[in-house]
Amino acid sequence: MKKETIAAISTGMTNSGIGIVRISGEDAFAVADRVYRGKQRLSDAESHTIHYGHIIDSGETVDEVLVMAMRSPRTFTGEDTIEINCHGGTFVVRRVLETVLKNGARPAEPGEFTKRAFLNGKMDLSQAEAVIDVINSENEYALQSSLSQLKGSIKNKIIDIRNKIIYHTAFIESALDDPEHIEIDGYADTLLEAAEEIIHDLEEMISSADNGRVIREGINTVILGKPNAGKSSLLNVLAGHERAIVTDIEGTTRDILEEQIRLGDLSLNVIDTAGIRQTEDVIEKIGVDRAMEYAGKADLIIYVVDASRELDENDEKILPLIKDKNTVILLNKSDLDTVVTEEMIKKKAGSICSGFSEEGKTKKEIPVISVSAKEEKGIEKLEKKLKEMFLNGIVSFNDQICISNVRQKNALADAEESMKKVVESINAGMPEDFYSIDLMDAYEALGSITGESVGEDLVNEIFSKFCMGK
Amino acid sequence: MKYSANSVWENSDRYDIAVIGAGHAGCEAALAAARLGFRTVMFTVSVDSIALMPCNPNIGGSSKGHLVREVDALGGEMGKVIDRTFIQSKMLNKSKGPAVHSLRAQADKADYSRAMRQVLEEQENLDIRQMEVTDILTEDGKVTGVQTYSGCIYPCKAVVLCTGTYLRARCIYGDVSMHTGPNGLQSADHLTECLKNLGVKMYRFKTGTPARIARNSIDFSKMEEQKGDERVVPFSFTTDPESVQIDQASCWLTYTNEKTHEIIRENLDRSPLFSGAIEGTGPRYCPSIEDKVVKFPDKNRHQVFIEPEGRHTNEMYVGGMSSSLPEDVQYKMYRSVPGLENAKIVRNAYAIEYDCIDARQLKSTLEFKNIEGLFSGGQFNGSSGYEEAAAQGLIAGINAARKLQGKDGIIIDRSQGYIGVLIDDLVTKESHEPYRMMTSRAEYRLLLRQDNADIRLTRIGYEVGLISEERYQKLLEKERMIEEERKRVEHTNIGTSPKVREVLERYGSTPLSSGTTLAELIRRPELSYEKLREIDEERPELPHDVQEQVDINIKYDGYIKRQMRQVEQFKKLENKKIPEDINYDEIQSLRIEAKQKLDQIRPASIGQASRISGVSPADISVLLVYLKMS
Repeated sequence: MKKETIAAISTGMTNSGIGIVRISGEDAFAVADRVYRGKQRLSDAESHTIHYGHIIDSGETVDEVLVMAMRSPRTFTGEDTIEINCHGGTFVVRRVLETVLKNGARPAEPGEFTKRAFLNGKMDLSQAEAVIDVINSENEYALQSSLSQLKGSIKNKIIDIRNKIIYHTAFIESALDDPEHIEIDGYADTLLEAAEEIIHDLEEMISSADNGRVIREGINTVILGKPNAGKSSLLNVLAGHERAIVTDIEGTTRDILEEQIRLGDLSLNVIDTAGIRQTEDVIEKIGVDRAMEYAGKADLIIYVVDASRELDENDEKILPLIKDKNTVILLNKSDLDTVVTEEMIKKKAGSICSGFSEEGKTKKEIPVISVSAKEEKGIEKLEKKLKEMFLNGIVSFNDQICISNVRQKNALADAEESMKKVVESINAGMPEDFYSIDLMDAYEALGSITGESVGEDLVNEIFSKFCMGK
Repeated sequence: MKYSANSVWENSDRYDIAVIGAGHAGCEAALAAARLGFRTVMFTVSVDSIALMPCNPNIGGSSKGHLVREVDALGGEMGKVIDRTFIQSKMLNKSKGPAVHSLRAQADKADYSRAMRQVLEEQENLDIRQMEVTDILTEDGKVTGVQTYSGCIYPCKAVVLCTGTYLRARCIYGDVSMHTGPNGLQSADHLTECLKNLGVKMYRFKTGTPARIARNSIDFSKMEEQKGDERVVPFSFTTDPESVQIDQASCWLTYTNEKTHEIIRENLDRSPLFSGAIEGTGPRYCPSIEDKVVKFPDKNRHQVFIEPEGRHTNEMYVGGMSSSLPEDVQYKMYRSVPGLENAKIVRNAYAIEYDCIDARQLKSTLEFKNIEGLFSGGQFNGSSGYEEAAAQGLIAGINAARKLQGKDGIIIDRSQGYIGVLIDDLVTKESHEPYRMMTSRAEYRLLLRQDNADIRLTRIGYEVGLISEERYQKLLEKERMIEEERKRVEHTNIGTSPKVREVLERYGSTPLSSGTTLAELIRRPELSYEKLREIDEERPELPHDVQEQVDINIKYDGYIKRQMRQVEQFKKLENKKIPEDINYDEIQSLRIEAKQKLDQIRPASIGQASRISGVSPADISVLLVYLKMS
């Protein structure tokens, strides 16, 4: 059932000083009371006051917070609103949001705060178009990011569960619609077993969601370099560095490999690309084109230069790709005799980038670090540099990804709750028609993750799988 | 050839409303219009085919039984007529929850038609006219009358189209194709063109029916007898339950076998469905036997129900074996079924194709969006089934009358009845096959039970004017008794006496360690209101239907309340109306697909808009903002 009190992180998802979780709607105070411990219950608090306390999740303190309690109508949305100021750090802010969601709020739809503000007359009519634009752009972004970030294996698992659910539901429904042709007495036992298995699978997904496994969140990083510059060994080093490869995804061509790597506090989605060089070979060319395409979309580029060989026409091809991009240049193979120096490459890169310093963008110096992937030297320097860039806000990954992860986790939890109701009803000896409703709720919740709606799915499944009479 | 200029004349009987068609939709529409005080004329190609049941000989069934009860609760006729003319009755799904209990009665087809015809004939304000209507007359987008094949013009202010399967109908089996309506009746070949000229988008749908076989050629000893319920429940809330405890007829169950399937497979190439001779789209829920054999090759047998068509006929309906295979194959196929070895076919099985409309051209009141005063109901709207037809006919008839009364149309919403689900689906969702009611289509079905149709809808029927004061007062009294008894049961404490222990033990229920309320005990799956009578000393004598409501409302309280909360959310969106003259092109930020869909369907509310496929939640947000802005 759709909850009408919404919550979301209303600050960016960078490691800034504070993060704010905003709750809006009729039950905002009730929800807040369930998660907040302080001197006073928030529902007893006067409007527009600030309170010090803690956010507690099942007895465990999540964060020390300042909470702003604001009652309708003098709030941004015009509804009762609670704003929880947490300590920064994406992890903590997200935990706070999740705690709030567990306690009766649902994740806000894209642009929903703004929409509510508008619908409640808190915004000028002239702002309507702008409001619509916010809704549309956020929606587009959320869809894009949540779907493209959904891991193949997770997506398949969800599709698999949905297929099971719809099959069972269709069987029950076909029997209800055509009891003389289809018999379901005793089916509850079969379903109970299936439901428990589904709950188990969902639980597993939910717990792995805490490790960021549901979607790939992190800095989209592309490693570029000419063939044999040492890209793959760098990736191996990075991956092995903390022994923290989360999982890997095969690219669509054999030449693109993606891994999620945790480097200190940072999470990188690293795409190792085919070496870039002039080529006539068709298959290799596809790999190269793809590398260029990825480079265009990347949040961060790591350009690996083979310091033991002279810069050549292949490097010339790469240099344009890093213009306007957040780039770190690695002079690899410092263990060998080097012919490319830091100055040389800086000059080279600088000349490329200087041609593109438009619109007040100050020319920034591209960091160059000497490393030896083979001997695993200089990696800490890279790590330190990346952290610096991230904390200074030079590199950030997108807020939406994190938010959509919370949304997806919430949808998994909703699906689990519905499946538990199914089990409850079976155990209580309720007839079949009672639980098929919860089955469909679970189906719908999971569909919101994969971007599929229910539509006529059930009716279609009934007709395609079961032979109806007359 | 239609009429010549010489034969055109104007009828002077001053009708208000013309109903075209006398099937199950037409009958309800005409009765409703006439009962609401409007001079009504009902046209039919054959007076002998009024309320004809050209396919299965039963009324009701899963979710369809709900529709019949709802029609009755609103003041319609179908339930009353079947209560007088049924020959067997069953409550389906009795072992399931009360929401899916569904009545189904075998009808004596001839009796049913005759009884309905009599009601129509005796109805004040209603005239029956045998004549094909060929034109709907309009002026400035408003209905002004109809014109018949004979050239006669009948001026009127509203028209209800209930043409069923008769428009440009074609019956087909094998290579044989006849331009007739069902049962060899005359088809209506001219109205389609007129509708197209009025800008109405037409579809061509298909359905089918099995053969009828002579009873005296069937060997029933090879079949299983299927009897009716011992205690029959009537359809109509006004029928005296004692009056329906009759001697019932039996149906018979047999099965197809591998040989049957082989015969079908060998002759598939001769089926007009597979050869492409049939262009219409058939329904998936009542597949022909050849469809079943092809689609479910792993099933080595299919059920076949042999059902009587009436008490005074030799004909038996072969349920489960509709077909459009050639006549010679039909003989072979039917005779391969145990008990039918010597079967004599009285009427062949056939497929029928007919013109109908894309119902998304209708408002939820069943009035055409672009033609004022033109309403439609039944199979013409792309549905299937007698019950679906009756439900729409009733609503279309009521709303045609209300139009002339200057009142807003009645819309039953999805939370009020299956009728609401049916009509909303038809006017909102694209459908490529005849639409059949199913319980899974009703999202609030725990509330939409057949047992409470009167509580849900009779008030509306009363306000419309189809329910008498007396019946309305009875309803109020019933509601009062239910409420009073529910409260009493919630507050009746049950102790841990030996008597209580004994009763609980008898029903395999856990003994009480401390006192509880009677309501809590009723909620236990193994117990019920009725079973606890002996430990409920102060129980008043109450009518059976009141006891039933008390039992269900208490027993499923948690589930019911949950659905009621969902309904609240639903109503919020339904109540956000969209102005009729909205210009979707003006809303720049809507996606093109959403714009097109919204413009095509022109939903009445945000709720309806949200059910259109291709309209996303973001589009709905945009729409909300836009509505606020303008």
